[in-house]
Amino acid sequence: MDATLSENPFSKEAQTVQMPEEPPLRRSGRLADVVFLNVTRGAAILTLLLLAAIIVSLVIGAWPSIREFGPRFLWTAEWDPVQEKFGGLVMIYGTLMTSLIALIIAVPVSFGIALFLTELSPKWLKRPLGTAIELLAAIPSIVYGMWGLLVFSPILARYVQQPMQAAFGDVPVLGALFSGAPVGIGILSAGIILAIMIIPFIAAVMRDVFEVTPPMLKESAYGVGATTWEVVWRVVLPYTKAGVIGGVMLGLGRALGETMAVTFVIGNFNQLNNLSLFEAANSITSALANEFAEATPGLHEASLIYLGLILFFITCVVLGFSKYLLMRLKRREGSRT
Amino acid sequence: MNAVTETAAPDYRLPMHRRRKLVNIVALSLSLAAMAFGLIWLIWILWDTLLLGVKGLGATTFLQDTPPPNSEGGGLRNAIVGSLVMVSSATAIGTPIGVLAGIYLAEYGQRGWLGNLTRFINDILLSAPSIVIGLFVYTVIVAQTRTFSAFAGIIALALIVIPVVIRTTENMLSLIPNALREATFALGAPKWVMIWRVTLKAARAGVVTGVLLALARIAGETAPLLFTALSNQFFTLNLGEPMANLPVTIFKFAMSPFANWQAMAWAGVFLITIGVLTLNILARVLFRQKH
Repeated sequence: MDATLSENPFSKEAQTVQMPEEPPLRRSGRLADVVFLNVTRGAAILTLLLLAAIIVSLVIGAWPSIREFGPRFLWTAEWDPVQEKFGGLVMIYGTLMTSLIALIIAVPVSFGIALFLTELSPKWLKRPLGTAIELLAAIPSIVYGMWGLLVFSPILARYVQQPMQAAFGDVPVLGALFSGAPVGIGILSAGIILAIMIIPFIAAVMRDVFEVTPPMLKESAYGVGATTWEVVWRVVLPYTKAGVIGGVMLGLGRALGETMAVTFVIGNFNQLNNLSLFEAANSITSALANEFAEATPGLHEASLIYLGLILFFITCVVLGFSKYLLMRLKRREGSRT
Repeated sequence: MNAVTETAAPDYRLPMHRRRKLVNIVALSLSLAAMAFGLIWLIWILWDTLLLGVKGLGATTFLQDTPPPNSEGGGLRNAIVGSLVMVSSATAIGTPIGVLAGIYLAEYGQRGWLGNLTRFINDILLSAPSIVIGLFVYTVIVAQTRTFSAFAGIIALALIVIPVVIRTTENMLSLIPNALREATFALGAPKWVMIWRVTLKAARAGVVTGVLLALARIAGETAPLLFTALSNQFFTLNLGEPMANLPVTIFKFAMSPFANWQAMAWAGVFLITIGVLTLNILARVLFRQKH
């Protein structure tokens, strides 16, 4: 550090007084400044170009299928590589349904975890518990997948699905949801595994936004005799609403795009004969993971890329919305202080 | 918190008051249960991984290559080496770009449309489905060169490294107090010297943390490798051909009906989990020491 600084010791004053002409060293320093700025700016622009390149390349790759099937692709269920007839409804349904189940489980649990970490936990436990939950996010998805397939799904089939079928099999609507072979593979298991995977993301955001609630607000509520639950439910939650929704959206974005865990446990079976949650199904990501490497170039490959494009579009919208909400909360935070 | 309890007059112990208390207790118990729910999964998954993983490990795991279907013996040597080669190359490519872009965001583009837009896009890329990155690299590289290759896999992984490193570099640089920047300027240093020699140096531990987290992230990534690097039954160091790697090998082996392959998949999962958790914990320790 010292060396470089002494190479460029020319402050403005010293220079104007002593040297009528700009010394070469200073000029090269300024040149280096311009170069450095542009190199870093180039790297930033590269990120923007990356997003643009992804979209463009996917559109080009999917073009044969887009031209052939158009928007009809979205609501056609037929997927027949032999006759070259493709529609993405089964996969889109699988992706949305598994993510919905994941959210139904993960949102309340994450809220509970965030509540515990911010209001209940003794101080010395906060950090280790927070870290443990964050480690849940660090486990690679292939580990979730393999564990889900070989350990979790047999247990789910035996202790959850079979009893549920026994209990609700004859009830009109629920019976339809719980029909099918209770083998532990399908939309329900994929949803549960996804829920475990997105809990840490949602819980971390919720915890962080709960912590920015001004203590004054909480103390006032406690002061008028509110219980801990009332403080969280009536004061903290309304105050951090945007951030909480942002966190949920972040989790949703993760769930939609998760590949390996879903591929392992969803069963990879292209059907939408009924609404059963126990039946093997397919999602956009699992279809890509299973079929893409073997797909014949042409309409089959293009249709798979079309699916990828749809997935990318949905996740970008969801994640963009999440980011917008979190940014708004932060800006309010900034203007308040 | 629990202000009105024993001391309150009996008159106040109306049904409404009791109900509020009850709701509070139920809600807080549920919160405790949620915490336990989260922890149980972590412990359960880690426990199985360790137990079955250690069982699958053997002397040959590191010494022999992946066996053909339905046969005994063999190891994961080619997959382990392939993963190491690809993960380290991807980090070597992605880190400089990520650090430079992070510098731009923290030191030049705090405001302004380019900085804000990049920050927004980067956060989307950070959570974007990794399989789409695989598709992208497939259409751009694999479809053009007409061959699956380790090189394509490296690019795919590097594209995942970049957003992670950008995010942490920017965050760490913006933690550096402005007084340090002003002091450097006061000595007459140009801005690039200020960044390169002062702020980046002060944020070094944080930047390394980011790189470790990026390593941990791509070490287990499977989806972007499925149709870029593919897999290879044999040992190779040639970046121009398909290369074996742990995640894809685990995927193939775990889905197979062969006991030997499944045991080996558990061993692979064990290695990856240990590696990823170690990197994560290392990153945390490093970060905490510094800040």
